[in-house]
Amino acid sequence: MDILNALVAFLNFVFIPAAAYGAQLALGALGVTLIYGILRFSNFAHGDTMAFGTAATILATWGLQGLGITAGPLPTALLALPVGIAVTAAVVLGTDRIVYRFYRARRAAPIILVMASVGVMFVMNGLTRMLPGIGVNEIRFADGARFVIEVRSFREWSGLTEGLALKTTQALTLVVAVLVVWALFRFLNRTKSGKAMRAYSDNEDLALLSGIDPERVVRLTWIIAAALMTIAGTLYGLDKSFKAFNYFQILLPIFAAAIVGGLGNPLGAIAGGFVVAFSEVAVTYPWVKVAGYLFPGWQPDGLLQLLSTEYKFAVSFVILIIVLLFKPTGLFSGKSV
Amino acid sequence: MSDADQPFGNRGNRDASIVNPRPGGSIDGTRKSGPTGAAGSGTPFLIGENMTGGYGRGPDILHDCTIAVEQGEIAVIVGPNGAGKSTAMKAVFGMLDLRKGRVCLNGQDITALNPQDRVKAGMGFVPQVNNIFPSMTVEENLEMGAFIRDDDIRQTMEQVYDLFPAVAEKRKQAAGELSGGQRQQVAVGRALMTRPSVLMLDEPTAGVSPIVMDELFDRIIAIARGGLPVLMVEQNAQQAMNIADKAYVLVQGANAHTGTGKELMANDEVRRTFLGG
Repeated sequence: MDILNALVAFLNFVFIPAAAYGAQLALGALGVTLIYGILRFSNFAHGDTMAFGTAATILATWGLQGLGITAGPLPTALLALPVGIAVTAAVVLGTDRIVYRFYRARRAAPIILVMASVGVMFVMNGLTRMLPGIGVNEIRFADGARFVIEVRSFREWSGLTEGLALKTTQALTLVVAVLVVWALFRFLNRTKSGKAMRAYSDNEDLALLSGIDPERVVRLTWIIAAALMTIAGTLYGLDKSFKAFNYFQILLPIFAAAIVGGLGNPLGAIAGGFVVAFSEVAVTYPWVKVAGYLFPGWQPDGLLQLLSTEYKFAVSFVILIIVLLFKPTGLFSGKSV
Repeated sequence: MSDADQPFGNRGNRDASIVNPRPGGSIDGTRKSGPTGAAGSGTPFLIGENMTGGYGRGPDILHDCTIAVEQGEIAVIVGPNGAGKSTAMKAVFGMLDLRKGRVCLNGQDITALNPQDRVKAGMGFVPQVNNIFPSMTVEENLEMGAFIRDDDIRQTMEQVYDLFPAVAEKRKQAAGELSGGQRQQVAVGRALMTRPSVLMLDEPTAGVSPIVMDELFDRIIAIARGGLPVLMVEQNAQQAMNIADKAYVLVQGANAHTGTGKELMANDEVRRTFLGG
């Protein structure tokens, strides 16, 4: 039995990819849960707005690269993020101005806002594809150093047969996610504007009577959500590659993460992101290699893969159903579903 | 836009996985305030004068109703169910459109102000229900009460804690976890944080036990003795009149009897109809 090699294989193929993916889902789910808590609807345009934000960041990255500016070992996209966030925030605020505000002023039932967001989703999808150089292409825009830990140098250093790789984008995802979550919680719990947002999500009328401007809270929510969407989308694109359609598909695991954690609860969104990501990777990973190290005498017939990777989105569905059946408020009691 | 008369009814709105079941706001925050004017000499400190009106385009609920409070007084509005007590208070606070009449505060005619600006003008209002931020701590509730203030609020907060020692002990606890009576104290404390010039309470003792009710009345008397005029709507007519400097009995949205609490208690008709003999 070779526990060390099994552990390294597990870290390399399951833990690290799932942690990075989980952090990306968590950032996406945070945005969904924030909009749900304050604007009272699930934003179906979330995935495609993430795509738009990423596309804007890619364009800014190309611009910076054209000027000869890079971030050294880190991806240039990191420098382009503020531009991407600003553009996305402007577009999202514009969307609110011409679509959502109309329904808000009429006190429309929230389901109408949900349906409106489906429309926004299609428009955002088309808008992203019309951006110059973006289209429906698969774009790799990660530059700088590719690895923090390389397979070969790890093998030489440890003397194990299994190698361990940690991509720069994976390490970056985790660091950025931690920083963003820390900043968001600090903002919500310590600053006057953050507390005003929480007050508004608790009791709109009383917030209004306390002198909190509802439209300002709504604007602030959209700006924060736009930042979260752009950061999550860019990190996802750096880690894998950018393809607009993938961002439409990622909507399901993001919703699953937000609901599993408990809608309206930011802490739950983070936990939900990791639960969904780890389940997805664990179920679609062929465990035969790890099993080979743990049980050297055992020769399994198959790859010990529960589901082929094409079915990974089914995992989100199953988790969603299990949570809704047994704990409808999510793991961190959010709104009852 | 009500849901019932739409082709698909309320379908979809009960699915909490896509729609937040929390009720939205009912106050129109987009209504802009009009100008204020001088009230003229001799007007009481706070008065809703000859108020006639109802909610939206609905029928009139108030008919020529007048409610006034002088400095340092406690005024109570009592009356049978559906008499328009809460409506009268909401009218004073600007939450419904008046077709006739005016509202004056501290020598200013504030009829054209929206509720938010009335808070800034010095009204402290405690709604009957949903009057706290349940997921926020007691301290954060008070901070939100003082949202419009830019100066140091710590002194006001200490005064509120002195007034309500029971909630001072729980300042780091979520307000939604407190008992009914303590929630009401938080709600009153939140309204006091703006340092209002008049405090308006909509049935502060609704749904609390008799002991807690006595305690709340004591606190309200203490607030009024401190010089802050109090206008309140009360179900418990007898106790309310006991502490009232002025009492208004409303029937069907109109003033039926007005006088000091003691006068009305002595009035046979009032006793028979509202106080149970």
